[in-house]
Amino acid sequence: MLDRINKAQRDIDAACEILGRQINIMEVCGTHTVSIFRNGIRSILPSNLKLLSGPGCPVCVTGQGYIDAVLQLADRDDCLIATYGDMIRVPGKDGSLEIKQAKANIKIVLSSEDALQLAKDNPDKTVVFVAVGFETTAPATSVVVKEAAAGSVENFCILSGHKLVVPAMRALLSEKNHNINAFLCPGHVSAIIGYGAFAEIVEDFSRPCVVAGFEPVQIIEGLCEICRQLSAGKAELKSMYFAVVTEKGNIAAQQIIDECFEPVDGYWRGLGEIQKSTLKLKDKYAQFDAFRRFSISEEPSEEIKGCRCGEVLCGLIEPPECGLFGRDCTPQEPVGPCMVSSEGACAAWFKYGREKRRKL
Amino acid sequence: MCLAIPARIIELEADKAVVDAMGNRFKAKTTLLPEAKLGDLVLVHAGFAISLVDEEEAKKTWQLIAEINEFMDTQNRVSG
Ligand code: SF4
Repeated sequence: MLDRINKAQRDIDAACEILGRQINIMEVCGTHTVSIFRNGIRSILPSNLKLLSGPGCPVCVTGQGYIDAVLQLADRDDCLIATYGDMIRVPGKDGSLEIKQAKANIKIVLSSEDALQLAKDNPDKTVVFVAVGFETTAPATSVVVKEAAAGSVENFCILSGHKLVVPAMRALLSEKNHNINAFLCPGHVSAIIGYGAFAEIVEDFSRPCVVAGFEPVQIIEGLCEICRQLSAGKAELKSMYFAVVTEKGNIAAQQIIDECFEPVDGYWRGLGEIQKSTLKLKDKYAQFDAFRRFSISEEPSEEIKGCRCGEVLCGLIEPPECGLFGRDCTPQEPVGPCMVSSEGACAAWFKYGREKRRKL
Repeated sequence: MCLAIPARIIELEADKAVVDAMGNRFKAKTTLLPEAKLGDLVLVHAGFAISLVDEEEAKKTWQLIAEINEFMDTQNRVSG
């Protein structure tokens, strides 16, 4: 194992020397971010190779307007809010779910199935499932929407904030002042959409896209592959996560997403509105759409004052460049979502950023 | 939240499975992976099996999860 790491490291050094200029590789997956920090991978890279943590943490990219919509529903006495634990501490205009938890109508669930069960167990309340996440969680939401429809569970609905990864990557590369030379693509999202989904990024923007697993050796070899391509002046699509990811991905999961959802324009923190980037329930499932049921919408809302999560998510600044980092904003008392989520770049920097490299 | 956990299917009835990951048993559904069989190792994400995985990969991921859990415990929070 160490041999492989050493070889990849030597190859990275050699490629970066040939390149002779600054290159930036963005990872678009919160689990990669944590693994990169946990294993001190940044500290073994040559000085002209920089890793940027992109919009890979679902909690972090969720727009402020969506959070405010959830909080608005949490205030209703006729609703039960079912949410993944990660969302609970994200601050909105008016508190957070955690603060409102005292009202006892907020339940943490581990899966969408649990949310549906909650609806069956509480027929006198409307259960709203806070459906966030990328293509990995969207199929799980689709399954329960279909189950709710088949079983006529009328007191169940979802507030879809599901996001699609590829449109966000396109949006980043369409920004004039972006500084991204290549992407380390997310492993588990790719298990669903297949690595073939990134072909359009390679073709349209000439940026290498390499899917990697989460182990240090897999990440380093993924980075090595990217450096090799860049130094050869190439941009190619490659998956190095052979055990899990195929070119076409999980077709059953893609089909069920298509059956329930359609991509519409949607807001991302930091990136603003992105075309066809957010999943909305199709008309035939309208009765399970919390936006339509309660006639609410996701209004673009002001971001938290002083918090620079938006710039962090676009790879424009590193967390310590935020004036609040580490003093006013810590994992214990987070100001923005990138510090709330354990997969957020600010939280990872806080926990590991200042530590020395650990043994690989 | 994007982390998927490798687990072995130890009971399976239609699309309802009981899986085992590092000695923890929990329920998972195989709706999204209709080809999954009893005894298979699968990646489970938010209560659903999303892909098959091999033994070696599963071991590596378990190790990583143990470490991330340690991280999250220090943050004192539940993850989806
Ligand atoms: S350190 Fe805190 S306030 Fe600053 S960008 Fe990160 S989450 Fe926002």
